[in-house]
Amino acid sequence: MNALLALIKRDMRLAVRVGGGTGIGLLFFLIIVVLTTFAIGPDPKLLARIGPAILWLGALLASLLTLDRLLTSDAEDGSLDLIMMADMPLEIAVAAKASAHWLTTGLPLVIATPFLGLLLNVNPSATLAVAFALLVGTPAFTFIGLIGAALTVSLRRGGLLLSVLVLPLAVPVLIFGMAASGTAIGEANFGTAFTILCALALMSLVVGPFAAAAALRAGLD
Amino acid sequence: MPFLDFANPSRFLAFARRALPWLSGASLIAFALAIYLATAVPFALYEQSQTILIMFIHVPAAWLGMMGWALMSVSALGTLVWRHPLADVAAKATAPVGAAFTFICFTTGWLWGRASWAGGGNLPLEYMILDARLSSVLMLLIFYLVVIALVRAIDEPSRAARVAAIFTLVGVLILPIIKFSVDWQQGKYTLHQRESLIRADGPQLDMPILITLLVAALAFTLLFFTLHLAAMRNEILRRRVRSMRLMQARELAEASA
Repeated sequence: MNALLALIKRDMRLAVRVGGGTGIGLLFFLIIVVLTTFAIGPDPKLLARIGPAILWLGALLASLLTLDRLLTSDAEDGSLDLIMMADMPLEIAVAAKASAHWLTTGLPLVIATPFLGLLLNVNPSATLAVAFALLVGTPAFTFIGLIGAALTVSLRRGGLLLSVLVLPLAVPVLIFGMAASGTAIGEANFGTAFTILCALALMSLVVGPFAAAAALRAGLD
Repeated sequence: MPFLDFANPSRFLAFARRALPWLSGASLIAFALAIYLATAVPFALYEQSQTILIMFIHVPAAWLGMMGWALMSVSALGTLVWRHPLADVAAKATAPVGAAFTFICFTTGWLWGRASWAGGGNLPLEYMILDARLSSVLMLLIFYLVVIALVRAIDEPSRAARVAAIFTLVGVLILPIIKFSVDWQQGKYTLHQRESLIRADGPQLDMPILITLLVAALAFTLLFFTLHLAAMRNEILRRRVRSMRLMQARELAEASA
């Protein structure tokens, strides 16, 4: 347990520092939202209608961007080899790393969502629905992305390949997340969609570490 | 201003230690005067609205946000062209302060616009139309955040400084865009009022408003330079700590080798 907490704390400290993902992820989220606002133009009704979709896509892309550094920075300086050789099961270790990554990168995105919803003219109840759905969706993105990160860890130009690997796996999360967020505008049932979203997230919490550990063992031998 | 005199960090630290108390005292006095002027004179009579008071925060914040980027551009030239040792420290110190003022300008501008554009403030909280002025100020805010991220991403200070300097110089183009954006799309995409102060035919504001505005601007400017000086001092001290740590690590490595 001590080792697990030490690993989580180490990753969290690294993420908020110089080369870390917290600031960059937030900044990218902001830029995506601002860019779509400019691209669509000054049309408040249209923006309010598609605001939740823009927030979800922004959060997904910002999570993807920061997934790159989840495993590659450790692989570059050799810590990944140490983690693989340690007593702690590799599945638990990568799960710990992914949890630290979500706490430092995904959670700030969720917290920033209401403020960015202001930029998009989304009404408060819809923004709240989006934020809650993202609270469950971003861990799903992180743990699904863990699989992609583990598969591309030894590649030097793995960035885009990582995105291409992760995005199809993340589509169900996106669909049910949008169904849960769209309810304030009068679409699907929030309860049903949200429950399925939670189920998807829980599934990724289990499948992600096992697949990632298998990928690491296969790829780094 | 004898910039070369302050190329030595120790001399700069000595200057900062002497100047900071005076600067902070002066900003306090200026703020007190500005608050007195803003609350004592009944501006509501001039503009039939209490929200005119937001102007005394919004306009100085706008000026200082843009001035921050201009200062950073001069520092960027100092880093790239004249190789002044403290130019990159100045740029790194200005960025968060300028970003904060730009953020204040954006939020107060949005709130004030929301209150006055629909003539009464019956708009919901999330009402936001990004017209030319709001958009270009938002872009300036993003430029600031990007430059801060850029400097934080590179470990070695001098390399980070050069990279940030190039980005700063490229980004200086946003300043004329902000200034003239209000005149370009007047009526169609712009809700901000036209320029009242720096115009070809002189200021268009009434005297009491103008005086209070200038006093408020002076107060905020003194605050800006106080924070800027303190941030530069902190950055120099931070770099000293970093070099001491590196030296210590090297000594330990040599001792155990």
